[in-house]
Amino acid sequence: MKLRLVAAFAASLLIIFAGYAALFIAPEERTMHEIQRIFCFHLASWITSFTAFFIAFVANIAYLATRRAKWDSLGVAGAEVGVACCTIGLITGPLWARPVWGIWWTWDARLTTTFILWLLYISYLLLRGLLEDPQRRATLSAIFGVFAFLDVPLVYMANRLWRTQHPQPVILGSAGSGLDPLMGKVLLVCVIAAFGIMALVFVDRYHLEQLRREAEELRQEVESRAFESESSSKKDRT
Amino acid sequence: MKNFPNLFLAWMVVWAVFFVYEVSVARRIARLREEIERLKRQLRGD
Repeated sequence: MKLRLVAAFAASLLIIFAGYAALFIAPEERTMHEIQRIFCFHLASWITSFTAFFIAFVANIAYLATRRAKWDSLGVAGAEVGVACCTIGLITGPLWARPVWGIWWTWDARLTTTFILWLLYISYLLLRGLLEDPQRRATLSAIFGVFAFLDVPLVYMANRLWRTQHPQPVILGSAGSGLDPLMGKVLLVCVIAAFGIMALVFVDRYHLEQLRREAEELRQEVESRAFESESSSKKDRT
Repeated sequence: MKNFPNLFLAWMVVWAVFFVYEVSVARRIARLREEIERLKRQLRGD
């Protein structure tokens, strides 16, 4: 508990510093000026989102191969944390787009595949809520999770494969792309801060799933005991 | 800074989403802990 508080405090300090660095230390970009600094929060949210979805994808495959409950817990933790990070990306994107493009949103390949990705993982979480049998829920959601992850490489490649309103990649992009060294350092701080917060919520979400499983097992035990006592009292009466 | 409100809002969005999500997870954990305790008491026959 003490370690968790220290980690939460350290992650909060880091995100405050990351915010300060992005708003006041990062250099101004030539064409978009200061609004380009949103890039630090925007890209950091996508890196953490894709990481969480990748963890969910690996966990889903591991569950289908082994049928061990811990992989199912890891899968749902990854999907839910990924959706939270994806939501940040989907909000910060339009906040950046409005002053630069003059519009909040456009249905280009990058934005559309991203919105589909968000919908897919929301569906994954809804599907889990609809299925009562734990094993059926874990199996079906793991299959759906593997299918949902197929959209991640499509999102990543969308602005490389098609002409999009969304800018071309500045990191790992074509020749001539790249970042100012100071902007690169600020971005790194933002990514580390986002990973710190992500790790904290990830651990809590995994713990929540373990508790949910324990509660389900106890509920079943209570129900089976109630059934046993009811059937034995029926026998006594006959 | 002309677009400072948008920039600041973006930073607040990061905070708000993580904060709301963490609070929701913490509340669900607390609820489940209470339920587990109740079920354990029920099984012990208290």
